[in-house]
Amino acid sequence: MSVLVYSESENGKLKKSSFETASYGKALSEKLETKLICVSFNCSDSKLLVKYGADKIINIDNANLKEFNSKKHSHALSQIIEKENVSLVILSSSADAKYLGGYLAGITDSAYVSNVVQLPESINPFIVRRSCFTNKAFSSTEIIGDLKIISISSNSFGLKENNGDGTLETINIKEIETSFKVSNIEKQSGKVTIADADIVVSAGRGLKGPENWHMIEELAEVLGAATACSKPVSDMGWRPHSEHVGQTGKPVSSNLYIAIGISGAIQHLAGINSSKIKVVINNDPEAPFFKAADYGIVGDAFEVIPKLISKLRARL
Amino acid sequence: MNILVCVSNVPDTTSKINFIDSDSKFDKNGVQFIINPNDEFGLTKAVWMKNSNNASVTVLTVGDSSAEAILRKCLAIGADKAVRIDCEAKDAFSVAKEIVLHCENIKYDLIICGRESIDYNGGLVPGLIAGYLDYNYITNCISLEIDSGKATCAREISGGTEFSECDLPLVIGAQKGLVEESDLIIPNMRGIMMARQKPLEVSKAQNINSKAIDNKFFKPEEKGEVKLVKSDELDKLIDLLENEAKVI
Repeated sequence: MSVLVYSESENGKLKKSSFETASYGKALSEKLETKLICVSFNCSDSKLLVKYGADKIINIDNANLKEFNSKKHSHALSQIIEKENVSLVILSSSADAKYLGGYLAGITDSAYVSNVVQLPESINPFIVRRSCFTNKAFSSTEIIGDLKIISISSNSFGLKENNGDGTLETINIKEIETSFKVSNIEKQSGKVTIADADIVVSAGRGLKGPENWHMIEELAEVLGAATACSKPVSDMGWRPHSEHVGQTGKPVSSNLYIAIGISGAIQHLAGINSSKIKVVINNDPEAPFFKAADYGIVGDAFEVIPKLISKLRARL
Repeated sequence: MNILVCVSNVPDTTSKINFIDSDSKFDKNGVQFIINPNDEFGLTKAVWMKNSNNASVTVLTVGDSSAEAILRKCLAIGADKAVRIDCEAKDAFSVAKEIVLHCENIKYDLIICGRESIDYNGGLVPGLIAGYLDYNYITNCISLEIDSGKATCAREISGGTEFSECDLPLVIGAQKGLVEESDLIIPNMRGIMMARQKPLEVSKAQNINSKAIDNKFFKPEEKGEVKLVKSDELDKLIDLLENEAKVI
């Protein structure tokens, strides 16, 4: 019996979510009185996971597993699951982790529950709390099976340092044959992504047109935030689909969500509800977003945002 | 080419979410059900492929008879045939297993599911199907072209797009971008009339045990009042975010 955490990395370096999944994995492995194994792929700094309680770190070094593929990575992980007698697998909520989870559950015929928001309510039976109905509700879900896989919502547990004396093992696993081939990856460099961001600055139709987005981008830059938008804005083509947050877009669970000129339709609020602190800036005091927010400013975005930017700049 | 589109019957996006039977069941009373939006993007793409790839499109749902309304709508949108596997959908695992058993009898070149349903948001079904059937698999799929048994696809990844190629059979998790919102097909009278002539087959479920059981539902705690800050007191907002909320 052991707990396995899939530790994601990018360009050979651990992602921040990997420290949260390791922290969660440690807390759980202590409850289960078992060891925590963190598994990374082609990662040069996975030793850092010792600081978050990893008892053993396995880094799989294989150039053919450089680009993420749920099939290849699932088969690699399933070999370790078998070898290390793993009973519980912990994943983050990233696009890749969710891409992996279902497939891994399929090939190992195991149970998988995503969007878990806290440590299990009970170990035997194994009951977790997860969000559902796009954050309009939570469910207490019992998971059945010898192998269980869970994805934890980002920022739901946080980082907990836990100095261990974990060992690092580098192994090579033979990848499975597949016709799947990545031909190209297009990535905007130097931009904070919605999934990884602590702060998200989001704007809606109140901005009046795509030409006014420079102030949203500037505010995001000052705060080190990601930019996002409401559904109408992406439907009208003012901003790319990848920025659309809400029920049919991306979910947001940042520490701070700033909504500018977004009225707060129920579908939008559902998607951003698990963000910790919500700030709304809108000139309509009746906008539904004011009911969902922690802090609010009734005012014209075109006046408030430039002032806010200069005040934040002065503070740094 | 044979395409299967798996759809689920979900509460409309504006639905109020309530629970009954000591908070153990979703309250369907007064709720309007729709085709899961991510599934509908996938269905639209499949209907396009009837022309571009000479495809035949079967739409399938796992659910009780109340789910037939959305199957009829899928037929009116352009699917050729509908299948309902007759049981109450319990969890992603049992739903995926029922679909897999169906696919062991009828071979499909392409299986399209939504990236996730907007009710349980698990995002499990396409991956489970691909894993059980050992098919290729792409989720968050925003582009797909198929030519002589080879698929060229794009997947939305964190901060960008990944382009890939693979052989069929393939399972995809569809989302907005695969087709646009404005591409969604609103059934016309002719489509609705034709849908009545199309086959809707009800098949027996295998009654697979669940692996995840929702024991109890909770609603989020009520939020406190919003703290309003005057638009000329931005220092106060910054102070609250820094020292009270501790988020900047």
